[in-house]
Formats: sequence, C-alpha cells, structure tokens
Amino acid sequence: MSIGHFTFTHLMYLVQSIGWTLVLSAIAFALGAIGGFGLMLARISPRPWLRWFALVYIECIQGIPLLILLFIVYFGLSVYGLALPSLIAAGIAMMIYVSAYLGDIWRGCVEAMPKPQWEASECLAFTRWQTLRLVIIPQAVRLSLPPTVGFLVQIIKMTSLASVIGFVELTRAGQIINNTIFQPFLVFLLVGAFYFALCYPLSRWSEAMEKKLNVANR
Amino acid sequence: MSPIVESLRTPYMDASVGTAGGGAARVPGASPIVRLDQVYKSFGANQVLKGVSFEVAKGEMIAIIGASGSGKSTALRCIDRLEVIDRGSIEVCGIRVDDPAVDLKRLRLEVGIVFQSYNLFPHLTVQENIMLALRHVKKLSRGEAAEVAIRVLDQVGLKQKADAYPEQLSGGQQQRVAIARSLAMSPKVMLFDEVTSALDPQLTGEVLRVMEDLAAGGMTMLLVTHEMAFAKRVADRIIYMHQGTVWETGPGEMLDAPRTPELHAFLNNGL
Repeated sequence: MSIGHFTFTHLMYLVQSIGWTLVLSAIAFALGAIGGFGLMLARISPRPWLRWFALVYIECIQGIPLLILLFIVYFGLSVYGLALPSLIAAGIAMMIYVSAYLGDIWRGCVEAMPKPQWEASECLAFTRWQTLRLVIIPQAVRLSLPPTVGFLVQIIKMTSLASVIGFVELTRAGQIINNTIFQPFLVFLLVGAFYFALCYPLSRWSEAMEKKLNVANR
Repeated sequence: MSPIVESLRTPYMDASVGTAGGGAARVPGASPIVRLDQVYKSFGANQVLKGVSFEVAKGEMIAIIGASGSGKSTALRCIDRLEVIDRGSIEVCGIRVDDPAVDLKRLRLEVGIVFQSYNLFPHLTVQENIMLALRHVKKLSRGEAAEVAIRVLDQVGLKQKADAYPEQLSGGQQQRVAIARSLAMSPKVMLFDEVTSALDPQLTGEVLRVMEDLAAGGMTMLLVTHEMAFAKRVADRIIYMHQGTVWETGPGEMLDAPRTPELHAFLNNGL
C-alpha cells in the first residue's frame, strides 16, 4: 500500500466535514432538548402512569449503546421499507438518545429546587403549570446550564458514531482521507485536534458556569 | 390535667381552658371567618393535631403560641390546605377546606400566608415578586400590577427597594417583602407562621411593626409566634396549643395569669 501526502485539499475536506458534525450535533441537541423537556415534565407529573412511562423510556434508552440505536434506525427500519438518509437516521437515533439523558438531567435540576418555592407559588394561587413556568423552570435553567453544556460536549463527540452508517462528518471524512493516503497517525491526530477545538471551549464554559453558580449559591 | 371548663368562657372570650379534643374557642356574636372543628392530622404514626377547634372573627388578630411540636404550624398549614386533614372540618370565608373538591384557587385568593423562611423568588426583583401573581393569577395588566406592588411596598416601608433582588435585602426586609407579596393579593385572612423566628431582635422589630399596622387596619390575622410580648400587646385573643390540642385561650392578660400548669410551665421556660 502506497503512502500519499496530506494536502491542503484534504485539510479543507476535514474543515468542511466539521460543518456536518455541527449540523448533526445541532439536530441532536435541538430535537433531544424538545424530547428531554417533555420527558422531564412526564417524570415530575402527578400522574403515575406518565411518570412510569418516562422512567421506563429513560431506563431503556440509557441502557442501550448509541451505536445500536443507529443500527436500529438506519438498517432496522430500511428492512421495513423505510430507508432513511444517513443524516436523518443519525438525527433520529441521537435525538432518542439525547432526550433520555437531558430529560434526566433536567428532572434532577427541577427536583433540586427547594420545596418552599413550590409552596410559596401554591399559596399565591398559581396552577402547577404556572409554578413550573414562572418560578421553578427559570431557576432550574440556571442550575442546569453547566451539566447541559457538559452534555453538549458529549453530543459533539458522539456524532463520530454516525460514521458507521455512512454519514460523512469529521470522523468519516478522516477515514476517507486515510483510506486514500494511509497516514492514520497524522489524519486521526488532526481529526482529534478538531474535536478538541470544538469541545474544549464548551468544557471551559461549562466549568466557568459551574464555578459562578457555586459562588452565587455560597 | 385540666378538665374542659366550658363554663369559664365568658361572652367576650375571656380565658378558657381546653384539653385533648378541646372545646372550640368560639367567636361571640359575629359569624367566624375561619372555623376549625375537631381537626385531626397525623404524619405517619405521629398524630400532630388531636381535635383542634377554634374560630376567628373578621378583623380579629389571633396569636397561637405553644412549644415546638404542639401543632401550631400544622394547624396554620391545614387552614391553607398545604396539609390535608384526616378528620374534622375547616371552613375559611365560607369555603370548606376539607372538601376534596375544594376550589384551591378561590381559597388561596382569600388566604395569604407568610412563612418563616420568606420564600421569595430569588430570580425576580422585589417588585416582580409582587407583580407575578397579580399578573398571572389576578390577570392585572403590567401597569396595574406595578401600581399595586408599589403601593404595598410603600405600606411595608420598602418602596425604595422595588428593583432590588431578594439576596440584596436583609432578613427583615425580605420578610416585609413576603408580607407585601401576600397583601398585594388582597386576602381576607393573613396567616403568619413564625415569621420572626429567623430574625435578630432589631429585624424582628421592623417586621412586627408592619404586622401591628396591619392588625390596626382591621386585617384578620392568625399568627404563630414565640414573641410573647407582641402577642400580649397586639392580639385580640391568644390560643395556647399543647400536645396537638387547644389547651387554653383568652385575651393577652392570660399570659400574666395562666390557668393551666402547662401554659405556666411553657411561659416560665420560654421567658
């Protein structure tokens, strides 16, 4: 096998693929956030069947690797005639996965709100939904920002798994380049550096928010 | 143990004495705005209220005193249905609080409650804290709600703190904002649950002055307190609770001459 040279064209190909990594991350996060918000509401619902449904969903999804979800959505559904483009399939699989985690993170933040805040709202004749919307969630959002941003970092890294269903994001682009020039050390080191450049600022931001929150709550 | 002595009760609610399951401390003449009748409440195996009965007339200020665990705060919380009673009945402004189908919104528009721990919303300014329920429950416009908020803040002497956040205020100021927030909803009855317990004497004074003004203005008030001097000076009637029952009731002077050894011991230990 001959070893080629890593050129500017290869570099630009990697840079372009970062865009698709970000697109998939954004889809996974946006749809996962909608699903996660619904699951959070279900988990704290006064209706036991709804709490039970959300709990079972979260437990099941958290117990399945994302890779398997990708296979189910991409290969599994195609057997039944529903052949989805790899971006859509990856988006759906990641949405299912992300919603289970965000739902759980946000439930924890809402439940961490002091009980007297619920009581004070109750005494002012707020409905349960008004209490959540006007009093609890605005405070819980602040609490949830560091773990949510922390999880966003995980989402960006998890998009690399979409390469196995042929979606050309950063990892898959690296594989394609490596297949042509066979310089795995250089190519994947560069791919890793790009992931680091995407994730490190978010990690630092998450840490900074956590510190700020701890100081504010001291 | 003191026997129940119904006959000791004069038409003007002079000192009366109760026992477990005690007799109602009744309002003479006027129909009561709050009425508890044989109220029982347990938390697991711990029976906290054992047949509590008393009545509060419109414009009356009642101070509930008693040792920790005597059921004072629980009784107050049951009136606002923050706790659901096991047995008996509670009526507030004609609303049956013990009815499982009670209209909670209607009840809570009639009853304001202030807690020991203020329970202000920390993400909102003082004015926003007051405006929130006015806008979303009473459906006032932003302008109307702001007007009411400023008026009640003025009433508690904190108009100049309208834009401050709760964390920027002292404990006494936070408690006065909590009172203003309840007052803004124009309740018919105000409940105060040990509102000065977490405050130092100076801050306690400023909160008590606000409450005294409210009482002078004719607000119906039920106040759980350890401030004996305040209770004696301001309350129309004092209810002494002991072991989950109304043990002794009467005007402020009953604190000078307690009829039961339990109240005597409580006052001697507390003062």
